[in-house]
Amino acid sequence: MAEQQQHASNSGAYLIRGAAILGGAAEDLLIRDGIIAARGPHLDADGVGVGDATVIEAAGLVALPGMVDIHTHLREPGREDAETVETGTRAAALGGYTAVHAMANSTPVADTAGVVEQVLTLGRAAGWVDVRPVGAVTVGLAGEQLAELGAMADSRARVRVFSDDGICVHDPVLMRRALEYVKAFDGVVAQHAQEPRLTAGAQMNEGEVSAVLGLAGWPAVAEESIIARDVLLAQHVGSRLHVCHVSTAGSVEIIRWAKSRGVNVTAEVTPHHLWLTDELARSYDPVYKVNPPLRTDADVQALRAALADGTIDVVGTDHAPHPSEHKECEWAQAAMGMTGLETALSVVQHTMIETGLMGWADFARVTSTAPAGIGRLQDQGRPLEAGEPANVILVDPAARWTVDPSKMATMGRNSPFAGRELPGRVVATFFKGHPTVLDGTLNTPYRWPDDAADAPAVRS
Amino acid sequence: MLTRVVLNQADIDRALTRIAHEILEANKGSQDLVLLGIPRRGYPLAVRLAAKIAAADPTVDAAAIVGQLDVTMFRDDLSHQPTRPPYPTQLPRTGIDNKVVVLIDDVLYSGRTIRAALDALIDLGRPRIVRLAVLIDRGHRELPIRADHVGKNLPTSSSEKVRVRLEETDSVDGVPVNEVVIEATA
Amino acid sequence: MRHLLSTEDLSLQNAIRILDTAEEMAAVGEREVKKLPALRGRTVVNLFFEDSTRTRISFEAAAKRLSADVINFAAKGSSVSKGESLKDTAQTLAAMGADAVVIRHWASGAPHRLAATDWIDAAVINAGDGTHEHPTQALLDAFTMRRHWAKLAGIPSTGADLQGMRVAIAGDVLHSRVARSNVWLLRTLGAEVTLVAPPTLLPIGVEKWPCTVSFDLDETLAKGVDAMMMLRVQGERMNASFFPTTREYSRRWGFDDNRLRALDTLGLKDTIIMHPGPMNRGLEISSAAADSPRSTVLAQVRNGVSIRMAALYLLLSGETREPAASSHAANPNATYSHQESH
Repeated sequence: MAEQQQHASNSGAYLIRGAAILGGAAEDLLIRDGIIAARGPHLDADGVGVGDATVIEAAGLVALPGMVDIHTHLREPGREDAETVETGTRAAALGGYTAVHAMANSTPVADTAGVVEQVLTLGRAAGWVDVRPVGAVTVGLAGEQLAELGAMADSRARVRVFSDDGICVHDPVLMRRALEYVKAFDGVVAQHAQEPRLTAGAQMNEGEVSAVLGLAGWPAVAEESIIARDVLLAQHVGSRLHVCHVSTAGSVEIIRWAKSRGVNVTAEVTPHHLWLTDELARSYDPVYKVNPPLRTDADVQALRAALADGTIDVVGTDHAPHPSEHKECEWAQAAMGMTGLETALSVVQHTMIETGLMGWADFARVTSTAPAGIGRLQDQGRPLEAGEPANVILVDPAARWTVDPSKMATMGRNSPFAGRELPGRVVATFFKGHPTVLDGTLNTPYRWPDDAADAPAVRS
Repeated sequence: MLTRVVLNQADIDRALTRIAHEILEANKGSQDLVLLGIPRRGYPLAVRLAAKIAAADPTVDAAAIVGQLDVTMFRDDLSHQPTRPPYPTQLPRTGIDNKVVVLIDDVLYSGRTIRAALDALIDLGRPRIVRLAVLIDRGHRELPIRADHVGKNLPTSSSEKVRVRLEETDSVDGVPVNEVVIEATA
Repeated sequence: MRHLLSTEDLSLQNAIRILDTAEEMAAVGEREVKKLPALRGRTVVNLFFEDSTRTRISFEAAAKRLSADVINFAAKGSSVSKGESLKDTAQTLAAMGADAVVIRHWASGAPHRLAATDWIDAAVINAGDGTHEHPTQALLDAFTMRRHWAKLAGIPSTGADLQGMRVAIAGDVLHSRVARSNVWLLRTLGAEVTLVAPPTLLPIGVEKWPCTVSFDLDETLAKGVDAMMMLRVQGERMNASFFPTTREYSRRWGFDDNRLRALDTLGLKDTIIMHPGPMNRGLEISSAAADSPRSTVLAQVRNGVSIRMAALYLLLSGETREPAASSHAANPNATYSHQESH
């Protein structure tokens, strides 16, 4: 049957029976031909041609729009020992994602139309999610010269998000020019806010814990000063700015202030920054080494509040797989980063929903609607209504599972949540109407038609 | 558990008096005598013996002939036992070179403690003669070692526990033998 | 105790135990035969990823006095400098049968990694890691202070702590593993610690440490100090703008001749001057201060061997395998059996 689906038909029809739509009332969804064909209570009673549909009993499950990650590292091309587009997007599908933005810091850097088109092609060949390449802001992430942003925007990959993520675009003139230039194609600059001089050799959050551990500090001000500068620049030139992985309470205040002044800024928080603190560094276990670093509990609480009140717009995983030898070493030698695609939903449920800060409709906003908007993805983050693209996930919020990185689809074993019990499980993921995940396990990938159009262009 | 007391305070005192005289006799006087107690309970016994020797021979300054010899670091079972911090080793000011050193311990059993003591002693100097005095000799030797002066020979089974209790270390004098009763378990 | 990684988690009981054992080890150093057979057949590896001849030979002397076999593994010129990982190095040492690894590393926390992972099942002694800790240095400092403090009080040092002793530590606290280890250990032992440094050389978060912080050395001295410890300051810090010039540093935070004289003026006749070495004479300490009768610099070096002997002995002499809890329960006399094994 799997073979048939791969080649003959991506979907068939599926009748999702009795799922709580965005956590609300239970209704049925009929998925057929890549779209939500119908939504309503008891669709089979209404008899709108559901006879051939595979029925999925979804009582107790929540139906949500497929999640969109604004910030993923797929490592390919160049570091296929860490992750490939295939393994990374399998992890994404299992985590409830139907689209991911692949960051530009591959080898070679995604700073030309050729590389972003290669990543787009790899993503389509894999077929697990919509892979949207992010283009580098500067050539080789070197922070010296603008990459060919227009060529990437006009390429088959239709790049709209540009970022030197991993490295801050710290030159204020270069940042200003990038912000201005991407206006020509409704692009956005996603800034990795890190003042480089204040963070030379930095290993962890600068504070009480770093003082005791003797690890070089990464002060909050190094993030906040860049964000402050960038929101003022964005206002001055009237451009769209996205702030990657906001990690401090001070950054939240600056973004809140900027939004109140009408600055066109969006902000992202990672699941790990919503939960973990720098206390974990006391183990010297590099699985907790990440950039920006884990901060204090006061920061965690501020980030949660900001995500709940909309100051922070989206959850982005900053999924950063590393080969084990880059973590099985001294802290200072270790690579920065954590995996996140397969734990994001659970961590957000634990930190935001089970704390009463948000509901599932808010969850859909911060994990799907808002990130799709930032990336200008036309057919992602849409309402679960008849006629909309069938990017839908089913979540069992009552499930509990213990994180075991060795059982993950990502090649990275560097999950900071290893051994923790988390709530919530993705039961099914529908990507373009095709189930990439069923019963919580990988099904088959979506097969793009040979004559598939270029990546969809701007939606506003 | 069956407990019997094989020596009481008076028995201990009598035994030490006899040993003190034997030491003087064997040495033909107090010339060059050094008494080294092995921690913990050998040391208070050495102090008591020195006092008795001084009482018998007024030319002897008891404090000047007594010392403590720690053997912890010379034991052959260090890696089979929990870590034990060492006790101080204190030699009389005269040292031990060319002296007649009498090692003093409470119980002589396997002989391994005395083996360690002989090694420890040799690292500290070269005595002319080394002798051994113990309050209790309970047999079961595992090395070719015997005591020159014995307070009481006490035939025991190796399942028995022989404990010497001294006022200085245990606030009471006495030698109880606790026969360990192994209860049958189902 | 399985490892000696930091003084932050060292209990008062264990600290006193190490110091007391070191007193006995010190006595061995005064004998003709400066050797004990306690660690015969045990292998101690000195694994040094950072040059430190002083610390390395101190540990080497300590291990040899305890009759251990010593292997010196310097990272420079070895496979480590060719990119071999800490994990591979540790596994290699494990395969060679190392019972203890004395590790000096430029990266904070490297000894913790060795102890926490299954790369090697040996006792780990931290011989200085990055800007984190240097526990044996703090222990030898405390040992030196305790002898001084007990002598002033007319009591034996064995068993004593540092209750009420006023200790000032001056210099580059930010980058100093010695300062960190001393702050935690001296607090545990009951001393009152004052850190004196330019604000640029104090870590953010120092206000939460169990000590007083001052920017003024003269004011600290005037309040009364029983032990004055100077930390090494590296001249290259000047280039990173931690202070304007070495001369300015020396004037404000160095222990110069004027401050040496001030001790007399202030009536601090029993105050000792300490330095972990190597000293920058004329920068953080004047020659007159370093060579004065108050200076304990050489005593610190001497005591270092005793402390390291104590640490090696206490970590390595016990049972090779930790006994299971059940075997304790089965034989309640096991712990005291050495008193019975005559």
